[in-house]
Amino acid sequence: MAAPLPAPTRQVEQDFAEDSTADVPWQAIVWNDPVNLMSYVTYVLQKLFGYPEPKATALMLDVHHKGKAAVSSGDKDKIEGDVAKLHAAGLWATMQKA
Amino acid sequence: MNGWKKAGRGGRTRLAGTFDGQEAAVLRGLVSEVRQMLAGRSAENPADELAVLTGMRTGPSTRPDDRVLARLLPDFTTEDADLAAGLRSLHEPELIEAKDAAAALVLDTLPDAGGRVELTPEQADTWLTALNDVRLALGTALDVSEDMDDLPVDDPRAAHLGVYHWLTFVQDSLVQTRMQVR
Repeated sequence: MAAPLPAPTRQVEQDFAEDSTADVPWQAIVWNDPVNLMSYVTYVLQKLFGYPEPKATALMLDVHHKGKAAVSSGDKDKIEGDVAKLHAAGLWATMQKA
Repeated sequence: MNGWKKAGRGGRTRLAGTFDGQEAAVLRGLVSEVRQMLAGRSAENPADELAVLTGMRTGPSTRPDDRVLARLLPDFTTEDADLAAGLRSLHEPELIEAKDAAAALVLDTLPDAGGRVELTPEQADTWLTALNDVRLALGTALDVSEDMDDLPVDDPRAAHLGVYHWLTFVQDSLVQTRMQVR
C-alpha cells in the first residue's frame, strides 16, 4: 500500500452488523497492492465490518507488512458477500477455506 | 484543489472541496474513461433472453484479458477455478453497476468548469470508491510500485504519474476528512 499516514483515531459508523458464527469454514483475505492507500484500507475495514479503529488499523498493517490478512470469517455465503463488498470498494480480496 | 474540509455540522455536515477548471477536466476525463472500459466489458456479454425474462443477469465467467479491467474486477478465489468462474458470473454485473453508479455521481457533482463541490457523507463514500477505481486503473496502467516517487523526465509515464500522485492527494484528503464525520 502507498503513503504511510498517521492512523486515524475516530471510529466509523458501521454499515453492516458483523455475523459471528461459531464454525468459521471460510475467510475473506485482503491482499497488499501498491495502489490502495493505508488510510483508505483502514476506513473501508471500519465501514464494511464495523471494526473499531485499532482492529482495522492492525489488519491494514498486516496486509501492508505480511502481504495479506484474513479480515472476516464465516459461512460461505457471508464471505462471498464480504468479498463482493471489498471488490466494490476496490480492495484486492479473495475467499478461501479457513 | 487544496484538499477537502468539513463544512456545517450535525445532519447537515458536508465535505467540501474546490477544483479548478483543469483539475475538473482531468478528473472528469479519467472517470469517464473508467466508465467506458466497464461499459465495454458489459457489452461483451449482453443480457440473453432468459436474463431478460427472469431478471437474473449473469456475467462472463472468465477474467478480463485487459490487466486494468482485471484489477477492477478481481477473481473471487485463487484456489478453485470453477468456483471463481461461477462467482464472477454471478457478481460481475452488480459490481460493474456499482462502479458505474459511483463514476456517475462524480460526474454529476463535479462541475464541468470546476468549482466548489459539497458532498454528504454518503456521497463522499461513493466519491472515495470512484477515486479509488481511477487510481487503480491509472496505477495498473503505469505499473506503479509502493516506493515510486518520480520517474526520469524522459520516461513517457512521467506526466501521468503526476496526475496519479494528485489523485492520491485528493483521495487521501477525502478519507481523512470523512473520518472526522460520524
